Amino acid sequence: MNTEQLIFYFFAALLLTSALMVVAMQNLVRSIFLFFVALFSLAALYVFALADFIAITQVVIYVGGVLVLMLFAFMLSNKELLNSLHPIKTSFKFYQLTGIFICLTFLFILVSLNLQIDFSGLNWIKSSAPILERDNTTHTIGILSMTRYLLPFEVLSVFIMMALIGAAHLARKDKKA
Amino acid sequence: MIPLSHFLIISACLFCIGLYAVLIKKNAIQILIGIEFMINAAVLNFVAFGKFDKLNGGGQLFALFAIVLAAAGVAVALAIILNVYKHFKTIDPSKINKLKN
Repeated sequence: MNTEQLIFYFFAALLLTSALMVVAMQNLVRSIFLFFVALFSLAALYVFALADFIAITQVVIYVGGVLVLMLFAFMLSNKELLNSLHPIKTSFKFYQLTGIFICLTFLFILVSLNLQIDFSGLNWIKSSAPILERDNTTHTIGILSMTRYLLPFEVLSVFIMMALIGAAHLARKDKKA
Repeated sequence: MIPLSHFLIISACLFCIGLYAVLIKKNAIQILIGIEFMINAAVLNFVAFGKFDKLNGGGQLFALFAIVLAAAGVAVALAIILNVYKHFKTIDPSKINKLKN
C-alpha cells in the first residue's frame, strides 16, 4: 500500500466515522461541527478523483457557506430551540431499528451491485482518456462552462437569484406582527 | 491510482448514512444534514466517474452545478425551518401536520 492509498483510506475512514457520529449525536451543535469534519474529508476525496477545483468549491461553498448558514439559523432561532438540544435520554425505539434495517438493506443492494459490475471493462471507460495528474482541470472547467455547458450555467445563475430572493423573502420580519 | 469501485462504495455508505438521518431524526435541521449527505454522495459519484470524461468534463461540471444547487436549497430550507419554528414552536416534522393555520 503506497502513500496515496494510505491517505485516501484515512480520509475515507474519517468521512464515514464522522458522518456516522453526526447521525448518532443527540447534541445538534456537536453534530453540526462534526458535519464540518465530514465535508472537509469529502473535499480531500475529491482531490483523489483529480477534481481539485471541485474540492476547493466544496470547501468554499459548504464549509464557508452552508455550515455558517446552519449555525446562524440555529443561533438566530429562539431559546427554546436551544433548550431542546440538551440530550434527551431516549431508549432505543422500534422505529430506529426499522430505519437501520432499511438503510442496511439499501447499502447491501448498492454494494453488491457495485461488486458485480466490472467498471474497467465498460466500453466508454475503456475508450476514454482519463484525466491525468498533470492536466489543468480548472482551465478545462472554465472553457467548458462558457461553451458546451453554457445553458445549464445560465439556468443555474437564474435559479440562484430566485433562491436568494426567496430565502430573503421567507426570512424577513413581519411588520404587522 | 484508486479504483473507481472504492469511490462508489464510499459514496454508497455515505448515502445510506444520510438516508438513516432522514428516516430517523426528529429535528428538521438534522434531516437537512441527512439530505446534504445524500447530495454529497451523489456528487462524489459524479466526480469519480468524471475522471474518465476528460474531453466533455461532464462529471466535474455537473458536480459543480449540484454543489451550487444544494447550497441554494439549504438557504431556502433553513429560511423555511425558521418560519416553521416561528409558527408551530417546534421543528419536529412529525408534529407539523397542518398546511394552513
